[in-house]
Amino acid sequence: MTDATPGTTTGATPGASTATLAEICVVALADAFAGDGEIFASGMGTIPMLGARLARATTEPDLLISDGEAFFVANDLAIGSTDKDIEGWVPFRSVFDLLWGGRRHVIMGASQIDAFGNQNIANIGPWAKPKAQLLGVRGGPGNTINHATTYFVPKHSDRVFVEKVDTVSGVGYDRAAELGDWVKAHHDIRRVVTNLAVLDFASPDHRMRLASVHPGVSVDDVVAATGFALVVDRDVPTTRLPTVEELRILREVLDPKGYREKELPS
Amino acid sequence: MSDVSPRSKRLTEDEAVATLADGMTVGIGGWGSRRKPMSVVRAILRTDLADLTVVSYGGADVGLLCAAGKVRKLVYGFVSLDSIALEPHFRAARQNGTIAEVVEYDEGMLQWGLYAASLRLPFLPTRAGLGSDVVKNSPDLRTVTSPYADGEELLAVPALSLDAAFVHLNRADERGNAQFLGPDLYFDDLFLAAAAPPRRFVSVEKIVPTSELLENASFHTMKVNRSMVDGVIEAPNGAHFTNCQPDYERDEVFQKEYAKAAVDPDTWAAFVATYLSGSEADYQQAVQNR
Repeated sequence: MTDATPGTTTGATPGASTATLAEICVVALADAFAGDGEIFASGMGTIPMLGARLARATTEPDLLISDGEAFFVANDLAIGSTDKDIEGWVPFRSVFDLLWGGRRHVIMGASQIDAFGNQNIANIGPWAKPKAQLLGVRGGPGNTINHATTYFVPKHSDRVFVEKVDTVSGVGYDRAAELGDWVKAHHDIRRVVTNLAVLDFASPDHRMRLASVHPGVSVDDVVAATGFALVVDRDVPTTRLPTVEELRILREVLDPKGYREKELPS
Repeated sequence: MSDVSPRSKRLTEDEAVATLADGMTVGIGGWGSRRKPMSVVRAILRTDLADLTVVSYGGADVGLLCAAGKVRKLVYGFVSLDSIALEPHFRAARQNGTIAEVVEYDEGMLQWGLYAASLRLPFLPTRAGLGSDVVKNSPDLRTVTSPYADGEELLAVPALSLDAAFVHLNRADERGNAQFLGPDLYFDDLFLAAAAPPRRFVSVEKIVPTSELLENASFHTMKVNRSMVDGVIEAPNGAHFTNCQPDYERDEVFQKEYAKAAVDPDTWAAFVATYLSGSEADYQQAVQNR
């Protein structure tokens, strides 16, 4: 891929400096698929789906992308479009088979997440009689123990980033470490992308680390919105902006109707 | 040549549901708000059945049965209306603590439990669930150690044996050879296989002669054969308001009406009065009359 340097273009071409918060998040999610090769890139929600689709359209052409239903699509399918070039059939049973086989990387949401990446989408409050029943654990336990997982949190706050989650759906690093060598070798939480920052687990004990802050966000903003102690390096970079080409693909091909902005308004 | 003609398994929703008894374990096919045997669920609502154990990749089937107080125990991987993420009746039942026993599994664990039952095995091993609170919240779950050199400790998902199973497909003949024409069978064949005779029921949009099943579809759609089925129910629009592709899509307008009504006892009572107080024919007529 060739591209102009972010932020340096002038004239009528949409430049990277015009990127919205949603677009910055899509690109940060797309980057999570680096090096994944020929596996199923799966995203729950508009921005996660766009992350997977953008990754294939740019740097990871071998990824498999689904229509969110039962088919792999070969074309750069726009959000909301049914204009599919089907290249494979993946009903739910096949999805379970391939995810247990490790050939998948999923982006899930998180109603709560803790310092080691334990994620909750099941309920808020005690499980026996929850204050708020949510989805149930869904595929969280099986996903996280079998293949790479990334999380997207559209509203970074200390209600989501908590010391202890109410129910562990997706398994974090501390729990995975207790499950033996096989799990340790395959458990892989790549990153957590939020409206404020990108976080990862690249610290000695896999405690959540502030990998980058989005443009205009300070380290203090992220620390204040996080309910546990983050690992913060001396120099925290700024999240990269989308390239001109990434913006073109997002705006003209993958999401011309702008659903991404509805999921995460700037 | 024998002159004994093939047995017809045709029956009605009410006849099928009449074979159930209080306390039975009932599996319901489909997925979320997709191809659910809703006419059968509505038939259960018309009975005084109680204390059921319901096993489902849940949607409004679970919601309606919870709202009607039919459920003593619920086994699920999730409960959702898909286009509406959270099922209001299920939420209320959980938050009010009205379901006596709750078994919340990883989606794949639920498949494994049904598969183990269908193979008549006591359990099947998996890693899915290990390290999560599924294990804490279902303390009866046990692990098993691989007898081979790896010695790995795995979760032993117990067989989910069913007393009865209900699934909704597109077509069947009256002997029980059934066909799905949509993009996904979901786990409907496993629900049928996990259930014991004589309570394995398939409702379909249309019962057709056997020879017609393959007139406009490939043999890959024939995953349910008559050895897996005890009763066939003709239920046109029977999955309403969930989808039944390609026969029809989800009725999103009706689903919204359902979800909106469900959050308040008064509006729910009005919904029940309008749609759920008569026969299946009355329901379909009320849906038409909107």
